[in-house]
Amino acid sequence: MSNELDYLSRRVAAGKLSRRDFLGRAAALGVTATFANSLLSRAVRAAGPVKGGTLKAGLQGGESTNSLDPATFLSQVPFAFGKCWGETLVELAPGGGVEYLIAEEIGSSKDAKTWTMKIRKGVQFHNGKEVTPDDVVATLKRHSDEKSKSGALGVLKSIDTIKADGGNVVVTLKDPNADMPYLMADYHLIIQPNGGMDKPDAGIGTGPYKITVNQPGVKHGGERFANYWQADKYGHADQVEIVVVNDPTARMAALQGGQVNMINRVEPKIVDLVKRLPGVTIRAASGRGFYPFNMFCDTAPFDNNDLRMALKLAMDREEMLTKILRGYGEVGNDMPVNKAYPLFAGDFEQRKFDPEKAAAAYKKSGHSGSILLRTSDVAFPGAVDAAQLYQQSCAKAGIKIEIKREPGDGYWTEVWNKQPFSLSYWGGRPTQDQMYSTAYLSTADWNDTRWKRPDFDKMVLTARGELDEAKRKKIYRDMGEIMRDEGGLIVPFFNQFVDATGKGVEGWVDNPAQELSNGHALIECWLQA
Amino acid sequence: MSSPILRLVAQRVLLGLVLLLAVSVLIFAGTQILPGDVAQAILGQSATPEALANLREQLGLNDPAWLRYVHWLWGILHGDFGTAQSSGLDIATSISTRLKNTLFLAACAAIVAVPLAIILGLIAVRYRNGFVDKLISGLALASTSFPEFFIGYVLIFVFAVHWQIFPSISTVDDSTPFLERLQAVVLPATALTLVVLAHMMRMTRAAILNVMQSAYIETAELKGLKPFDIIRKHAFPNAIAPVVNVVMLNLAYLIVGVVVVEVIFVYPGMGQYLVDHVAKRDVPVVQAVGLIFAAVYITLNIVADIAAIVANPRLRHPK
Repeated sequence: MSNELDYLSRRVAAGKLSRRDFLGRAAALGVTATFANSLLSRAVRAAGPVKGGTLKAGLQGGESTNSLDPATFLSQVPFAFGKCWGETLVELAPGGGVEYLIAEEIGSSKDAKTWTMKIRKGVQFHNGKEVTPDDVVATLKRHSDEKSKSGALGVLKSIDTIKADGGNVVVTLKDPNADMPYLMADYHLIIQPNGGMDKPDAGIGTGPYKITVNQPGVKHGGERFANYWQADKYGHADQVEIVVVNDPTARMAALQGGQVNMINRVEPKIVDLVKRLPGVTIRAASGRGFYPFNMFCDTAPFDNNDLRMALKLAMDREEMLTKILRGYGEVGNDMPVNKAYPLFAGDFEQRKFDPEKAAAAYKKSGHSGSILLRTSDVAFPGAVDAAQLYQQSCAKAGIKIEIKREPGDGYWTEVWNKQPFSLSYWGGRPTQDQMYSTAYLSTADWNDTRWKRPDFDKMVLTARGELDEAKRKKIYRDMGEIMRDEGGLIVPFFNQFVDATGKGVEGWVDNPAQELSNGHALIECWLQA
Repeated sequence: MSSPILRLVAQRVLLGLVLLLAVSVLIFAGTQILPGDVAQAILGQSATPEALANLREQLGLNDPAWLRYVHWLWGILHGDFGTAQSSGLDIATSISTRLKNTLFLAACAAIVAVPLAIILGLIAVRYRNGFVDKLISGLALASTSFPEFFIGYVLIFVFAVHWQIFPSISTVDDSTPFLERLQAVVLPATALTLVVLAHMMRMTRAAILNVMQSAYIETAELKGLKPFDIIRKHAFPNAIAPVVNVVMLNLAYLIVGVVVVEVIFVYPGMGQYLVDHVAKRDVPVVQAVGLIFAAVYITLNIVADIAAIVANPRLRHPK
């Protein structure tokens, strides 16, 4: 049976059989539609990409205030367009690990403090110049300058020196860090001629597309760069175009009407309706992003671990997942990492909703009266509903939650990281070390749970410098355990990136790093006639 | 034409300028009391204290508010709107394209909506209280009562998704040929027309009906003039002032109040530009756009006033 299906799927890929007929045959052979579809996409991918055409994306997250300077990238459109025209040293590979782009290989000294990156030869900028180690050094220097406004500044803080050495770039770190290659995958670190020191927003990179249109907040476009160094892998369409469509309904209509080939941010509440539309494929990828309820561990009443535990036990994660995300996510376990991270131990006990235990812990904490929870629409889609659901599940455990709905304007400046109990979001980081270092070190600027534990800090630093993976994994397991049982974090769920593609879009790869296949959708997909 | 009219007109214009200055102070004060500051808003959730301090310094946010206001006003008087703090682009250049788009859309909507509303108003008066009157009023009121995003979605669903005859995305730029541009704005212009139609139509009807009570209309009727001629020749000219007033108000709305329609149809006009920059606390842009919007309102109101003055025979022919 599978032989026949394989044969048929190859016929579809070759254009000799229609997709509908194939699915019909597959159903007749008793195969589920999902499996048949996956078989089909595998066959299409194996048949190889089709060159040509214009691939268009309608994306949320572009403003007329956007600039082409990678240091200023913040929202989705500059991020995705950046992947079209620029490249970083390495990228996050879909299955974990790194994919080497401008860096050909990266090696470290035994103490994980000195890192040598071999720069690939023959990679050309759009202005015809070849990438040199000096360009790489200048780029890293520009982004790690204390005066820079780069979004990658925090990531690069640990760098001590950056030097070119023949065909290599050598970076020394202030402290050992086994995850150094992952730092170089930060999307701000697009390699520019002379690091973009001369004109940061020139928009000249080494990516598969040259910029032809740049109207911030409206439209961006590029045409295929003839001298791109790995044309067999990326850059199949002749042209790519991004139209900024911030309204979700308009985005969906544009996809349905065939004006764009792919969209991002499909709202979970309409996914089930969208799935039934002909020609539309939902692309849901599990990610590392999560929506936490943050408690300040150093502020009363949350400085009491019994109360924190009570509040954790009173969270009905399953209900939250079904009602807020409509199942497009995975339940969380009160730690900021999940199985999408490398070196994650899969054997944690899942915390469950338990009103009785929650009531007992609440009693033990000695707290009385209501607890104020702050929320806002901007915390994450459905954050206000989530707060209300939580209020109800807490009520079952006898805990009274009072909800304060804050204005979206100013939420990130006045509420998040300022008020002791509020909702927020984290986009996740490529490694556990980066996630913990960003928000769960005593000294971290964004320590939004006020988690200040010297012993925990030490574990983070030890794990960071440890090159033995088994030992690292063990430390991360212990850290996860501590976080789950004592931390100030309630994690109802990790969200999925839900994108959608229209008719004939092939070559999509799910990538947990970011939405739109880590921004690669436009360069790795092609249009199948 | 004699001096009283000129004096009145000059008065209006002068008043307009004073008003504009007052508005500029209000806008400035308004942008100052927004929570957070530009630096924080630009960097967003990922702001580190170092980056914040650097950006604040660079943007000159450490100067007192009044000094920044004076600098800015001085620049405007010399035709310089400054540069956007968030993107570093020249504001005058960015605005000119957007303003052109907005005016184009507003003009397209107005060319359809204004004559249509007035003609429907005239017809409604001619057949007042009859079936036709009720039908026109009913439909117009219904279209106005629906929120504009709903009308927009319905238009998209029918014409862009179902029949696929017009695009749902109306993105245009300087290189778009005129005909394509026209095709792109069909749906948003239709939505806007439906939104503003009823207001103008009802006002036309009410203004003319008001005049229709007058004794000279009765005389005209007794003279045996046709009902349409009475309305056209005798009633309408005397109802022009209130009609022009409401038309101007709606024109102003078409220019400054269409951000929802712009968002739904992805039309690169002034509304979205303003909203983006408010979110980023980009004071120079917000003020420039605010000032332009205020100028549009004030100018159109002056035009309405002047039209009313000119249309008033007592002012035109003083004793």
